[in-house]
Amino acid sequence: MIKSLRFRAAVVSIAIFLAFIGVWHLATRQTASVGTMSPEYAKLMGLTATSGKSAMPGPLDVGAKLWEHLKRPFYDNGPNDKGLGIQLGYSIGRVGLGYLIAVIVAIPLGFLIGMSPLMNKALDPFIQVLKPISPLAWMPLALYTIKDSSLSAIFVIFICSVWPMLLNTAFGVAAVRKEWINVARTLEVGTFRRAFTVILPAAAPTILTGMRISIGIAWLVIVAAEMLVGGTGIGYFVWNEWNNLSITNVIIAILMIGVVGMLLDQILARFTRMVTFPE
Amino acid sequence: MSTFDNPFDPARRLRAGACSCGQHASQSEHEATLQLSCDIPETEAKRYEGVVASAVMRAVFPKEIARRAFLKSVGTSSALAALSQFFPIKTATEVFAQGAGKLEKTDLKVGFIPITCATPIIMADPLGFYKKQGLNVEVVKTAGWAVIRDKTINKEYDAAHMLAPMPIAISLGLGSQPIPYTVPAIENINGQGITLAMKHKDKRDPKDWKGFKLAIPFDYSMHNYLLRYYLAEHGIDPDADVQLRSVPPPEMVANLRADNIDGFLAPDNICQRAIYDGVGFMHILSKEIWDGHPCCSFAASKEFITTSPNSFAALTRAIVDATAYASKAENRKSIAEAIAPAAYLNAPPVVLEQVLTGTYADGLGGIKTDPKRVDFDPFPWQSFAVWMMTQMQRWGQIKGDVDYKGVAEQIYLAADTAKVMKEMGLTPPATSYKSFAVMGKTFDPEKPKEYLASFKIRKAT
Repeated sequence: MIKSLRFRAAVVSIAIFLAFIGVWHLATRQTASVGTMSPEYAKLMGLTATSGKSAMPGPLDVGAKLWEHLKRPFYDNGPNDKGLGIQLGYSIGRVGLGYLIAVIVAIPLGFLIGMSPLMNKALDPFIQVLKPISPLAWMPLALYTIKDSSLSAIFVIFICSVWPMLLNTAFGVAAVRKEWINVARTLEVGTFRRAFTVILPAAAPTILTGMRISIGIAWLVIVAAEMLVGGTGIGYFVWNEWNNLSITNVIIAILMIGVVGMLLDQILARFTRMVTFPE
Repeated sequence: MSTFDNPFDPARRLRAGACSCGQHASQSEHEATLQLSCDIPETEAKRYEGVVASAVMRAVFPKEIARRAFLKSVGTSSALAALSQFFPIKTATEVFAQGAGKLEKTDLKVGFIPITCATPIIMADPLGFYKKQGLNVEVVKTAGWAVIRDKTINKEYDAAHMLAPMPIAISLGLGSQPIPYTVPAIENINGQGITLAMKHKDKRDPKDWKGFKLAIPFDYSMHNYLLRYYLAEHGIDPDADVQLRSVPPPEMVANLRADNIDGFLAPDNICQRAIYDGVGFMHILSKEIWDGHPCCSFAASKEFITTSPNSFAALTRAIVDATAYASKAENRKSIAEAIAPAAYLNAPPVVLEQVLTGTYADGLGGIKTDPKRVDFDPFPWQSFAVWMMTQMQRWGQIKGDVDYKGVAEQIYLAADTAKVMKEMGLTPPATSYKSFAVMGKTFDPEKPKEYLASFKIRKAT
């Protein structure tokens, strides 16, 4: 039954995909009528103007271009023109670094907040105010104070991905069953040992869920940050192609951002499954 | 006479009555004797060689008569050969082209915005103008004017492409903290245009534009001042009768297509791109408002100049060199090809070619030709800066009085540029203030206050 459900779901997925491509193709066919123009004039004009080609690329254009990118993902033509693979690599590197710093800060701090009701209350107003700030709002401040655009991008990743982790860690730690802690106390387990052998495994699923939310946010933020600071990364790629009004490449970049974001999420999901325990 | 007219051109007359180089009694004597230094230099290297060779000649024969006698007796080519025997003209030329001092910094970063105004900065990379000065320059594409300003202030860039009024705004602290900035060279003159949406093709009179939404690339830009000036001259108050929006250039075309704006005064290749995509037409070129107006500048912080004066001089030489190369019509097609790839402008070559060669589709079915649609002239006229400050005051960006000349001379480094140009064998203008006409109205840089007071439409202060 499960197998057949999966099978049916796959069929429906493919059907939706094909329908989407079909509608897309129909919607971007050459439609507009074109006035007559002299050949010399036509030579100076783009296809949209001369043959009524839709300004929005069709699925075939995107497919052809995508194939072109996939054939050589790692070319490097100097600082302003690199292959899609290299751009994604830069973005993943930045996200990885910013995220790692966030993990290093958020988990110990989360433990502290979770284990001490005093700190929980004391830090709460700060967290509540800082949490909802958009990454782009941090950008000018970061550029101005850090004075380095790539560090600023990493800082923005850090500051945006730290909150879900922090809150989830604090919540997970605070919500560890009192019985378990009491048992540990009865057995005279030291604070550190208690934290690592009782609280950490118990809170791990909640912490990992927080980390999973954070990686999603980090990946959302990087595109926006790179559009601003430029230079390298998939966000810069989008901006650069937008500058050229090449919607085809923008669509490809969107697709790639989606695929990589999904992969990052799946990795964290797997970790979460590893630490989940039945109660 | 433009800066890049060849001073050695026999057909050019510097002084009436004398020969073309002004040192001989007649044109025929000039041609006979001074061919050595009066050859038309074809390349920059040749031009340097000419400068060095004539300096050597003057040193060897301090007396005019002796030199002329020598040249007359042996002929110019054997004179040059004889001189090279005991003076290494080739080496001297190389040393000269590299400048005298040791470069403090050879790895430089220069930021640019992908528009054709940045042509000299960009093309100097693929065409090797930076390398020739011994510099290893990385040209970095940047997302917008505010970002380029911040990155230059943060010293991530050593120098950058900026809109001509931006260094003035930065130095005066308009829209940011005041930081002393300088303009060693203007990049392009002209090269902008007013593009309107296709639906307005019958509304060619600006008087009908009430209620229009028009886009400009940045508040502190020539685009803003020129558009406001143009509208005001036609009786439209740019603050009350129309809406002016600051929009990043690539989004202008998309906004025009989506009917969010009625038109824009924008840098090229954006104007031509709108035509290329069939969404707009060229109303007028900015050249028709003010022929020879500056647009973008090559800017560096005062700090870079003081800490690395030789690198700065080399960079200025490279830019002046590239600008000189770009000012020649016959080079424009190859430049368009060099700067079109994704690493630089990332635009269709046919669009760039139309902008740079000046033969373009106007969007209404006609082909127009104007070889001066965009031109390149590095000399930072200080009167340009004074004009910009009058407009900043006119539209309320500067409140109160300004020391026009003081500010202009601090920021627009006309004296340094003139020195570099002279070293390179170009003829800089003798003065750094010139008067010019904007839409037929003459601007006298000596009387900025009177000029400002003469405008009826301005922001009430």
